[in-house]
Amino acid sequence: MPAIAIRQACKQFGSLKAVDSVDLEIMQGEFFGLLGPNGAGKTTLINLLSGLTRPDSGNLSIMGHDVTRQYREARLAVGVVPQELVFDPFFTVREVLEVQSGYFGISANEAWIEEILDRLDLSAKADTNMRALSGGMKRRVLIAQALVHKPPVIILDEPTAGVDVELRQSLWAFVRSLNQSGHTIVLTTHYLDEAEALCGRIAMLKSGRIVSLDTTSNLLKTCPGRRVKLQLVPDNLPDSLETELLQHESGYHVLKLEAFTDLEPMLEKIRQAGIRVVDMVLPHPDLEDVFVEIMRKQ
Amino acid sequence: MRGFITLFHKEVMRFWKVGFQTVLAPLLSTMLYLLIFSHVLGKHVEAFPGVPYVSFLIPGLAMMALLQNSFANSSSSLIQSKITGNIIFLLLSPVSYPEMFLAYVLASSLRGIIVGCGIFAITLWAVDIPLKYPLWALIFALTGSFILGAIGIIAGIWAEKFDQLASFQNFIILPLTFLSGVFYSIHSLPPFWQQISNLNPFFYLIDGFRYGFFGASDSSPYFSLFVVSICLAAVSLITLWLLKSGYKLRN
Ligand SMILES: Nc1ncnc2c1ncn2[C@@H]1O[C@H](COP(=O)(O)OP(=O)(O)O)[C@@H](O)[C@H]1O
Ligand SMILES: [Mg+2]
Repeated sequence: MPAIAIRQACKQFGSLKAVDSVDLEIMQGEFFGLLGPNGAGKTTLINLLSGLTRPDSGNLSIMGHDVTRQYREARLAVGVVPQELVFDPFFTVREVLEVQSGYFGISANEAWIEEILDRLDLSAKADTNMRALSGGMKRRVLIAQALVHKPPVIILDEPTAGVDVELRQSLWAFVRSLNQSGHTIVLTTHYLDEAEALCGRIAMLKSGRIVSLDTTSNLLKTCPGRRVKLQLVPDNLPDSLETELLQHESGYHVLKLEAFTDLEPMLEKIRQAGIRVVDMVLPHPDLEDVFVEIMRKQ
Repeated sequence: MRGFITLFHKEVMRFWKVGFQTVLAPLLSTMLYLLIFSHVLGKHVEAFPGVPYVSFLIPGLAMMALLQNSFANSSSSLIQSKITGNIIFLLLSPVSYPEMFLAYVLASSLRGIIVGCGIFAITLWAVDIPLKYPLWALIFALTGSFILGAIGIIAGIWAEKFDQLASFQNFIILPLTFLSGVFYSIHSLPPFWQQISNLNPFFYLIDGFRYGFFGASDSSPYFSLFVVSICLAAVSLITLWLLKSGYKLRN
């Protein structure tokens, strides 16, 4: 049984198709990345899964439970960390977690609450009012809230947006340990390096559609855009190479390189134009390149 | 069940923690009404034979405060959590919509009843009010607070901004309560306005409630109970349907 199964999910806002016929299956134990530019529909797709938004059509299920017809079972199986930093100003951190436990039908949750407070470095703030917390602390409380009922599936919607580097590192270590202890993780992030380092599989979303779905290593292998960065003196690219030019980057011309065998003819053209190569970099392709390339093709 | 208890408890804490605004302030404003109206009208009006005006007025004012505060509780709680966004913590949970309905309505009812009782507690020492049929009074107090608690949910779901909620309160709730015979017996009105009052469900709440105190009323308490029961059933069904459909909440 997949942890998450989505079949032909659609959601429209007015004439805008925020989620457009999405099919997706995520297996139990996966660390799955949902990537895409702003407005791609990542949050909307997550909302369809969590029940915060009703689909116009299609079926979604979590751990085999339909999110509409068996909403109670489905919601018990998933913890969602929302993108927005929302909080209830009436309560302290501990009260918030107790209330959330109660919503999930758990009456005596002290031991587990202590443990997540501890693992998220929140123990010192346990009796502080939510209003008095910094943004990073509020983000951690959101994560703690998503975990009160020990859900098998955890969905994190840009959990590191606006969070400092140190906290990002400790958050990822925490999420990775959750994954290692068997939780299925789905995350959206803007930081492609994070997705590359963490996710086993990645779906790329654009305008509500999945435009690419593969394992991270396959994505990197099939990377369409191998590139070469050249520093030239004089700093002019021969006209014959203009079509290969991708961008300028701090004094370098970044050129498309389909295969290594293209390199020699390229250098030959430069030499013939009387231009010298003073530095050359062959960067290892990363997810960012894949991402940029896929987004451009669409 | 646990989810219902948690939400109910949270809703009660929400108004109790700011009891100054949610309980004491309405008590104060009701006492001002009482002072002014009993002073101005007390000498001229006798609503029911043998019942002094101020005695007549107190149950009406208590019921009015009860209704307004029941409405205020669920509606303000919902719009606040919608605007701050923290409603999602409830919406992400498996708490069912009947549980939500009951928790919001009962917490609202509790606030209404506390304010209503507060008014009697304050006036007890000064004014002599009989309590002929306590059960009737209790039934109408409960029904009224349930109805307004449920209407508060509807308004809280529908309104997207605080001023929309204020409009709902000012243009619907306030006129209906003021024109329901709080300050007068509708038999003292011209026939046309009597007819109009007969269409106001709040009139039956207040009239029935008063019957519990004086054993006298403008309308039969059985008929009043019939009307308010139908109202309660209707608003409950509408509210449950709205919650089930996810109207404006799950969008
Ligand atoms: N409640 C809504 N009403 C209208 N449009 C919405 C609503 N929620 C999202 N959208 C639109 O749907 C699209 C997808 O948004 P979203 O899912 O938030 O994207 P992402 O999370 O990938 O940045 C955007 O164009 C956004 O403006
Ligand atoms: Mg988003």
